[in-house]
Amino acid sequence: MTTKLETLPAPDKKTAGAGKPTNHRKPAKRRESRGTLAFSRAARTKALIKHGILILAGGLMIYPLLWMVVSSLRANELIFREPGLWLNSLEMSNYTDGWSALTHPFGHYMLNSAIVVIGSILGNLISCSMAAYAFARLQFTGKKLFFGIMLLTIMLPFHVVIVPQYILFSQIGWVNTFWPLIVPKLLATDAFFVFLMVQFIRGIPKDLDEAARIDGAGHPRIFLRVILPLMVPALATTTIFTFIWTWNDFFGALIYLTDPDMFTVPVALRAFVDSQSATSWGSLFAMSIVSLLPVFLVFLFGQRFLIKGIATTGIK
Amino acid sequence: MSAISELSTLKRRKGPMTAAEKKANGRDNKAAYIFLLPWLVGLVAITVGPMLMSLYLSFTDYNLLQPPEWVGLDNFIRMFADARLHNSLGVTFTYVFVGVPLQLGVALLIALVLDKGLRGLPFYRSVFYLPSLLGGSVAVAILWKQIFGTTGLVNQALAMFGIQGPGWISDPSTALGSIVLLHVWTFGAPMIIFLAGLRQIPVMYYEAAKVDGASTLQQFWRITLPMLSPIIFFNLVLQIIGSFQSFTQAFIVSGGNGGPSDSTMFFTLYLYQKGFGQFDMGYASAMAWFLLVIIGVFTAINFIAAKYWVFYDD
Repeated sequence: MTTKLETLPAPDKKTAGAGKPTNHRKPAKRRESRGTLAFSRAARTKALIKHGILILAGGLMIYPLLWMVVSSLRANELIFREPGLWLNSLEMSNYTDGWSALTHPFGHYMLNSAIVVIGSILGNLISCSMAAYAFARLQFTGKKLFFGIMLLTIMLPFHVVIVPQYILFSQIGWVNTFWPLIVPKLLATDAFFVFLMVQFIRGIPKDLDEAARIDGAGHPRIFLRVILPLMVPALATTTIFTFIWTWNDFFGALIYLTDPDMFTVPVALRAFVDSQSATSWGSLFAMSIVSLLPVFLVFLFGQRFLIKGIATTGIK
Repeated sequence: MSAISELSTLKRRKGPMTAAEKKANGRDNKAAYIFLLPWLVGLVAITVGPMLMSLYLSFTDYNLLQPPEWVGLDNFIRMFADARLHNSLGVTFTYVFVGVPLQLGVALLIALVLDKGLRGLPFYRSVFYLPSLLGGSVAVAILWKQIFGTTGLVNQALAMFGIQGPGWISDPSTALGSIVLLHVWTFGAPMIIFLAGLRQIPVMYYEAAKVDGASTLQQFWRITLPMLSPIIFFNLVLQIIGSFQSFTQAFIVSGGNGGPSDSTMFFTLYLYQKGFGQFDMGYASAMAWFLLVIIGVFTAINFIAAKYWVFYDD
């Protein structure tokens, strides 16, 4: 092992617990709390200062977001006068105005985004897990070479391929369809997830698939019946990150979706900025909040997987 | 293990195959390629094919309407003389070399504060992490544009102290700074990687240091930093590669034109304008390859320099 980054904990608790020095920390902490009175008072003051700093820093981090939420409920002329978070009245008109400010109601763009997101998630789940199974469990000619290439593609800037990809997709007539945004995912181009899943499958005991093989199962069956059900945490991580990235994706949508009928949420928001004068910040903020809501909800419910995914492979 | 360290150990594992492995080799080839099929098709059609195509296009003049016309090194010579491109390089370098160290510094600092058995860790972690999930969105870029606007949140706050703030976004000397700040604001992701790394440092090292009378600062320099260096390296490589490709924030904050007076004209924004604004696809391809070379060089420098400062415990 060349880094201290641990792999995702395998479903088998024995493997997951081994080699984790984290456990050493608990007794040390307990001993500290049993110290003398003077010591614990000093420790408490220190903790209090820490909490103070963290709350201040955290508040500063979150303040702009809270301010946007509050501003989206404020009358337009107040937004530019109120740096505070208190509200004297609730102005829901920003939401109703913003919802219908563009050619289509905002729900139309949310639906477009949802189609792209669902397509991308399915694509990534299917194609990445298949590739990961091959890399983690099968021996084949060129395995090391392909694996190396796969790792390299993680670091490849997409600008090198975007021009020819655009030419390719425009020649098949896919501009202003969702295909250019979904098809690459069906072809496992998000190599991050292949790597994440390879790491996860490596943590699943091999005895399980060997037992299945002795029972006469072939690779498709081992993959579908043994490996896939055990790698649900990795699949969940993939789902959540794909959701957030695709929902936020601006560049791809900007290039491929030029017809307002096909706009996803980010391009619709950008069109909103362009079409409205600076006087409608309220409704612009309202729709920005609406656009952030799905990501926020996914964050709320998927935190565990998000944190694990990040700590393991460094995906954002 | 991370993708980056995996890549550097890939070569080391070479060795003669055992007989059993050779046997397994033959048995699984067909199945493996079937499982790899989507990825292989993607590699050829979506990655390697387009890469070769873009290399070819970089030597041509191509506007999508007429067939590409071979112009040799013309595009690269044009790049040499293109003052806007040089400016966009400067903007991007400033963004990367100010933004990345700042962001990683803050990430490490907060991770250190959070690490030592503090109550409410999950809560703080969420608060600090949330911005990095939202930071890439158009909505947050719009928010940023307002916050640093002439009558925006920052200036409203300053006005309470009687200070008249500048128009941060409309002033060429501060516009880039506000985007750098947006980048620093999203320090949550590297912070979580640091936290995971700090967890892996055995507590006994610190206990031994305490017995020897080492101060907190000495412990940080002699234990924490060396033990964490692989993770700092990992974050550094990832963030540099990612930051060179930043686009959305600059696009939205500047209204798509890299203004004021090109002060937020990122390299990728200029590439977008050349390729998808003016349909100068040959030039855009040449720019893309130049970007790839820059990123490649910086990643290589990172890996070479790593030998001198990254400490491996094996």
